[in-house]
Amino acid sequence: MATKKIEVTDLRIAYGAHEALKGASFDVYANEVLAIIGPAQSGKTSLLKALNRTLEFTAGAKAFGTVKLDGEDVSQIKNVSELRRRIGMVAPLPVGLPMTIYDNVAFAPRMAGMRGKEQLDELVEHCLRHAALWEEVKDRMDMLGTKLSGGQQQRLTIARALSHNPEVLCLDEFSIAIDPVTTMRIEEVLKELRSQLTIIMVTNLTQQAHRLADRTMFLWAGEIIELDRTDVIFSDKCANRKTYEYVNGIFG
Amino acid sequence: MSRHRWELAVEMLIEWVIRLCGISAIIFVFGIFYFVFREGAGLLFSGRFSLAQFFTNIEWYPTSQSHVRYGGLALIVGTFSVTVLAMVIAVPFGLCAAIFVSEFCGPRLRETLKIIIELLAAIPSVVWGFVGLTLMNSVIISLFDTPIGLNVLNGGIILALMSVPIIVSIGEDALKAVPDTYREAALALGATRWQMVYRVLLPAAKNGLLAAVLLGVGRAVGETMAVLMATGHSVRIPTSALDPVRTLTATIAAELGESSVGSDHYQVLFIVGILLFSITFVVNLSADLIVRGIRGKA
Amino acid sequence: MSSMTGPSSQKPSAHFIKTDFVRKKERRELMAQAIFFVMAVLMIVPLVLIVSYLVYKALPILSLEFLFKVPTRGMRDGGIWPALLGTVYLVLISLVVATPIGVLAAVYLNEYARESWFTRIVNLAVVNLAGVPSIVHALFGLGAFVVFAGMGRSILAASLTLAIMTLPVIIASTKESLASVPRSFREACWNVGATRWQTIRHVVLPNSISGILTGVILQVSRSAGETAPIMFTGAVFYKAIQQGDVFAYGLLDQCMALSMHLFTLSTQVPDVPEALPYGTAVVLLVTVLSVNALSIIFRVYLRSHRKW
Repeated sequence: MATKKIEVTDLRIAYGAHEALKGASFDVYANEVLAIIGPAQSGKTSLLKALNRTLEFTAGAKAFGTVKLDGEDVSQIKNVSELRRRIGMVAPLPVGLPMTIYDNVAFAPRMAGMRGKEQLDELVEHCLRHAALWEEVKDRMDMLGTKLSGGQQQRLTIARALSHNPEVLCLDEFSIAIDPVTTMRIEEVLKELRSQLTIIMVTNLTQQAHRLADRTMFLWAGEIIELDRTDVIFSDKCANRKTYEYVNGIFG
Repeated sequence: MSRHRWELAVEMLIEWVIRLCGISAIIFVFGIFYFVFREGAGLLFSGRFSLAQFFTNIEWYPTSQSHVRYGGLALIVGTFSVTVLAMVIAVPFGLCAAIFVSEFCGPRLRETLKIIIELLAAIPSVVWGFVGLTLMNSVIISLFDTPIGLNVLNGGIILALMSVPIIVSIGEDALKAVPDTYREAALALGATRWQMVYRVLLPAAKNGLLAAVLLGVGRAVGETMAVLMATGHSVRIPTSALDPVRTLTATIAAELGESSVGSDHYQVLFIVGILLFSITFVVNLSADLIVRGIRGKA
Repeated sequence: MSSMTGPSSQKPSAHFIKTDFVRKKERRELMAQAIFFVMAVLMIVPLVLIVSYLVYKALPILSLEFLFKVPTRGMRDGGIWPALLGTVYLVLISLVVATPIGVLAAVYLNEYARESWFTRIVNLAVVNLAGVPSIVHALFGLGAFVVFAGMGRSILAASLTLAIMTLPVIIASTKESLASVPRSFREACWNVGATRWQTIRHVVLPNSISGILTGVILQVSRSAGETAPIMFTGAVFYKAIQQGDVFAYGLLDQCMALSMHLFTLSTQVPDVPEALPYGTAVVLLVTVLSVNALSIIFRVYLRSHRKW
């Protein structure tokens, strides 16, 4: 297959005495869509937080093992902001920051030092178009991001994640708080984006993984049970009985 | 998109300033202790002052030429008597008001009462002192037929009024911290509200309420201007609530202006300050430990 | 009283017969409610009583002139201008010193500090700083600023003493308002590569400004009313300045202050016309209470204008 974008080796994440992730090793290839499925508390969110090192903000959380981005150990990266800009992250609940829609999208580039008005205008429009939100908000860019509907806010979040031109886009259960129609729209967006970047999406909707992912990882109680091509995972040829039971709704 | 190097340096500097400000409270508390101790230490460790005398003798003659005595017992008893009287009045009022505000009244009345409590807490101590000196003084004279109304009773009432807001607001916090499920469970079993308060809430919130009382005590012990103006000015052991007394705080306030910097008199007032600092430190510390105690369990 | 609807005030259904036990229980309930109500309402009485008594006694003297005239005839006549101005100086300078330190301290406690024994000690220090008696602050100010730092008895020394004393006020209210900004906002910022400080500067602080301002206002009210801490560090009984002169005091001058002036008039000067101290008390009280009322109004207004 293609080049390795992310290499994870024996990643362990502990919250105090509780181990949320018990040694995960896997690779993510460039331009693929990797879905991570698994029941609640299986360590999915912690895994994503370890990738862009926002786990460091969680009191008591510790990560062991290595995560490499393009062959570079992320724990050795001096400029953490740069790392976080290379990895876009969309949280489960939509978060419109309490500022205008324009400022929401322009936030990351501004923090990175971009000042030019035209440059920013162009980027904001580009990101909002990509997130399928432009048409709805182009006439009210001064509105507070927090006043948008849930589905709009989630697309705003995606636009914000795209604004710093990431190489990898991580989505953590993005459809948990939005309606099915918006979910389908966002899925369309993701299908368009897959040619440009690598996507890791955590989801508890197994069918969503089936629809979008090239490969699917089944995570259960902090351990990788199985990682294979999506069509294998969702067939009866999967290697592990638990995987079969989970994707077919027998347990979970 | 990369930022200038100096921007990162500025940010680092800001974070250091934030950390420094963060520990400023520690620096200031130690600073207060250090400087108050420093000014008083000279006399404290000289032969001219004895702690035993300070705590047991009632003769306070710090400026006498031939008969210098630093007996602080009367001052300690003065502080103690006014504080105790204040608490006897303020604790029942404060706790009842806290229970009413938290359990028995509607949201609108609650907001109004809380605003009033806040305003009551905002009245400056010198105004309280002035009220003691004028209004309370004449009320006490006419009620008890005494020649002068500046005494333990006056100071106690004023201090009670000053401590009530603290007791109410901290007490209310403590009651609010009791989970609603407790209340619902008690009411569902057919308890009246009073039974619920008495049998369920009070036991559950007792640590927080105790802390509220302790903070009220801390406020009363440390209060200066009000007691300076309202308790009269005589260093003696009171035999009744109508006797005038002088507290530790009032002594410092009354005498510091007359003492010259560095003199024995000046230093002994700082020793009184060390004692006050220690008392309030212990009181506040225990209140905090009691409150954290509940949080630890919850 | 309509808000006091206990279970007892609901009508029992027809087939429910009250036993003696139930009657006793209901009587107790009513009694308890009444007692609590009375105790709570009794708190309003002193506030109303004191304010109206002071205002009544001060009425003969209250006028705009009273505010802007200087005291005359050995402080037995005239106005309170030097005291008013001195209080403004003290409050403003202590505000300038305490606000940044207090806000940043709260930022540290809420945004940087982790749950540890050290953080606990810092919090404990804040609580204790708030509990130190005002007269001990005065001793500290005298020992540290006046004597040790060589500032002498001056506005600067008094303001610094006030600043340290009122620091916990601003720390507490800032901390509370920082904590009310949802964590998800911070995470969203971190996720797009904003640093911790950028997040604080551009998202957390702008959205907690209301709480910070409330703290600042409370600090004004607190420092305007304090007497003991400035008594030996910079405030004096009397200082001659020009009527209406706004720049009468220098940083290292001593000054008069409203609170101190009230103390002086009521205890140190014989034969003062009665209305004079009452007038001073009313000016002080009204200043402090209206500043507090302002903070309350401000809080209510901002609560209804939240951005999320």
